[in-house]
Amino acid sequence: MLSAIDKRLLNEVAGLHELPQGAYNIRKNGEGVSRNTTANIDIVTKTDKPGIDIIIKPGTKGESVHIPVIISHEGLSDVVYNTFEIGEDSDVLIVAGCGIHNPGEGEARHDGIHEFFVRRGAYMKYVEKHYGEGKGKGERILNPKTIIEVEEGATAELEMVQIKGVDRTVRDTIVVLHENARLVVTERLLTHLNQEAESIIAVDLKGDDSSAQIISRSVAQDSSRQVFHLSLRGHARCRGHIQCDSIIMDKAEVSAIPEILAYHSDAQLIHEAAIGKIASDQLTKLMTLGLTEQEAEETVLQGFLG
Amino acid sequence: MLQMIDVGVTVDGENGRKQILNNVNLKLEQNKIYVMTGPNGGGKSSIAKAIMGIFQPDSGQILLDGRDITGDSITERARLGIGYAFQAPARFKGIRVRDMLRLAAGGEEIDECQLLYDVGLCSQDYLDREINATFSGGELKRIEIATILARKLKVAVFDEPEAGIDLWSFQRLTETFEAMHSRYDTTIVIISHQERILKLADEVVMVAGGTIGEITTHEKFLGEISKIDSGCVCRNDCIKGGAANAQCDR
Repeated sequence: MLSAIDKRLLNEVAGLHELPQGAYNIRKNGEGVSRNTTANIDIVTKTDKPGIDIIIKPGTKGESVHIPVIISHEGLSDVVYNTFEIGEDSDVLIVAGCGIHNPGEGEARHDGIHEFFVRRGAYMKYVEKHYGEGKGKGERILNPKTIIEVEEGATAELEMVQIKGVDRTVRDTIVVLHENARLVVTERLLTHLNQEAESIIAVDLKGDDSSAQIISRSVAQDSSRQVFHLSLRGHARCRGHIQCDSIIMDKAEVSAIPEILAYHSDAQLIHEAAIGKIASDQLTKLMTLGLTEQEAEETVLQGFLG
Repeated sequence: MLQMIDVGVTVDGENGRKQILNNVNLKLEQNKIYVMTGPNGGGKSSIAKAIMGIFQPDSGQILLDGRDITGDSITERARLGIGYAFQAPARFKGIRVRDMLRLAAGGEEIDECQLLYDVGLCSQDYLDREINATFSGGELKRIEIATILARKLKVAVFDEPEAGIDLWSFQRLTETFEAMHSRYDTTIVIISHQERILKLADEVVMVAGGTIGEITTHEKFLGEISKIDSGCVCRNDCIKGGAANAQCDR
């Protein structure tokens, strides 16, 4: 059964108040606790390693899969390997995410590897949220690795969000785009205290007319540190755009290292990276509407991370 | 009533400290429209910023309905009912027009569609747009003016509201000021060089050299202007007989 803490974690990472509609698999403290499959979506436990296979039948439209992971113990190191097969011409939403409640002094850690095959003509939206809480000194560590192959004419839209709560994270995302495939990545990150976050996104645009857009927005507060390695490699007639935008505050440190590589004369790649503090004219405007300086700052950050 | 008594403002510039306002004395009464005009760099925006609290005076006093607000912060003055539409409004990544109007209204019920209509924008096209770099200068100015119209104010200061707004919309803008004037008791202060805006004024306030010059009516002001045959089409203080390629700092 799900406790109050479990429910809160589920709400934070998956927006779930109760068990979701459609297919789901809830993993708690290294074990599956609840699962539902549908006529079009099957979930099968892997036999050779921890993890599951999620198989979506070709032509499945408007269905969703929720696969949240919750950890409510210290001293737990959870590793999973999940494989997603997104059938041809399907249109699905996948909500993953990890919530850690670490009450103790030892570390709690979840390393997840998600591998996706987005087949021809399919559309997949993948939402991944990370959340950590707990009053103990134990570190909350999340290291997700995401590997995505987007076949001809298919689209993958990724939304990756981590707002506070996680002490250390290295997020590694590798994407291969085939002919006419499309990728949109929206990344939102906020670190504070002494947190460290590193995001690596490497996209290979292999097929003609493939396109990739990466929009990364982050806020670094207190003494936290962030590193972004965002790279696009164009091997064909393709278009790619990286926007990496960070607000830096207090004693934080941010490195943004965008990289674009072209191996084809028809590759069009753009990167934009900016780091700066909150613009003072934004704060002044909001204060002239009656907000305090702190409220103004929160409003700007909330909008920015939207 | 808003009163400025012997207000002086000094700011830190590239060449050290500079006094930008000195001995500013001004009485702004309820339910009146004041248009501040005068040469660029003469101190019009600085007076507006001193009223809003963006510039803190280093001498003199500012009173609102008899209450001394000289030391009050921007936030405190905003809550007392002072508003300022910036000449160059800020852009906000991720904040939508709808969010900004609601922030401006501060919990009061507002009709967002009517507000946008009043500044000549179609609400369907704009309410859910982020106030980011995709906005043109003119669109940004209109949203800025709408954030002032969303508030119930004692004193509303508009800093060159016509800048960047096309001629077709100009009529609407003047009607908006007239409507605000007839509906509320707000003291309206408009910084402008435009004849059509000047014609709205109960009083025209000349600002030059960091202080208040003549305070006159728009009939008198415009009458005098028409007598000056400067031969300058930009009407911007150009020197008669100056070089044809003289730079206009506007």
